[in-house]
Amino acid sequence: MGATHVTKATTEQSSLATYTTGFILSLVLTLGAYFSVTQHLFNGSILVVAIVSMALLQFFVQLFFFLHLGREKGTRWNLILVSFMMTVVLIVVFGSLWIMHNLDYHMQLTPEEQDNYMQIQNQKGF
Amino acid sequence: MSLKQTADIEKVSFGFWVYLMTDLVLFATLFATFAVLRNNTFGGPGGHELFKLPYVLTETLLLLTSSYTSGLMLLSAHRGKKQAVLFWLGVTFLLGAAFVGMELSEFHHLAVEGNSWRRSGFLSAFFTLVGTHGLHITVGLLWMAVLGFQLAKKGLVHSTIKRLTLLSLFWHFLDIVWIFIFTIVYLKGTL
Repeated sequence: MGATHVTKATTEQSSLATYTTGFILSLVLTLGAYFSVTQHLFNGSILVVAIVSMALLQFFVQLFFFLHLGREKGTRWNLILVSFMMTVVLIVVFGSLWIMHNLDYHMQLTPEEQDNYMQIQNQKGF
Repeated sequence: MSLKQTADIEKVSFGFWVYLMTDLVLFATLFATFAVLRNNTFGGPGGHELFKLPYVLTETLLLLTSSYTSGLMLLSAHRGKKQAVLFWLGVTFLLGAAFVGMELSEFHHLAVEGNSWRRSGFLSAFFTLVGTHGLHITVGLLWMAVLGFQLAKKGLVHSTIKRLTLLSLFWHFLDIVWIFIFTIVYLKGTL
């Protein structure tokens, strides 16, 4: 009886510690991203890479410390599900950006150029 | 809690994870739309003219803290401390309500100044993405209110502990979505 009590108390304490660690890390990353933008800590594309990396890091911090992902017993069904869905999300987001960027690029032509382009494409056939 | 009840909560949680992941795909499509339309301001104002970063940081901190307090709520539930659960539920509710209040006030200011969703493709995408998140938060608040009454009436029994577990999953998920709204829409939008 006494032994089970001790283990229970230890896991509870560690979960309070987990939540607090997650909270502090998230705070640091949020404020880090905020101040790197307001204080112009980096320039141009490095700044974008920095804040997006901090967002991704915070994403993993919260998945691990708040949602306890990857700490299940047995088969990690939640982890498998999340990994699959993240693949879908990446395809949707970057696929859309890629297609629309490509479309944007081709729409920059003047009407004559576009006509010419279409004729060349037609000659190529399908 | 008996072993059977723990297994039941684990099973239901997995089902809830499946729901959360479909919701994630919904947000992903809205993010993709926003990313595509972010420069289509149609001669109207862009993010750097519209967004006030200190205001958005306050919203972010409110939501982040509420995510933490919802974790503390679940911990108290596992310890069987009903009063503590009600206290943290109340704190989470108030923080969430303050967040929604700030967001509505931001939307109101934008609309009054003529920058509603009708102004440009960028603003349509902005209102749809941020508004959908705000709607989720509002539903979460409603859920908390109902659960608060159930807890007061039934106490910490299996069914209420199960709902508390799912609620805290939902709330953490919404904070995760907000990280990306904060970074991609607001921080990157003001550059």
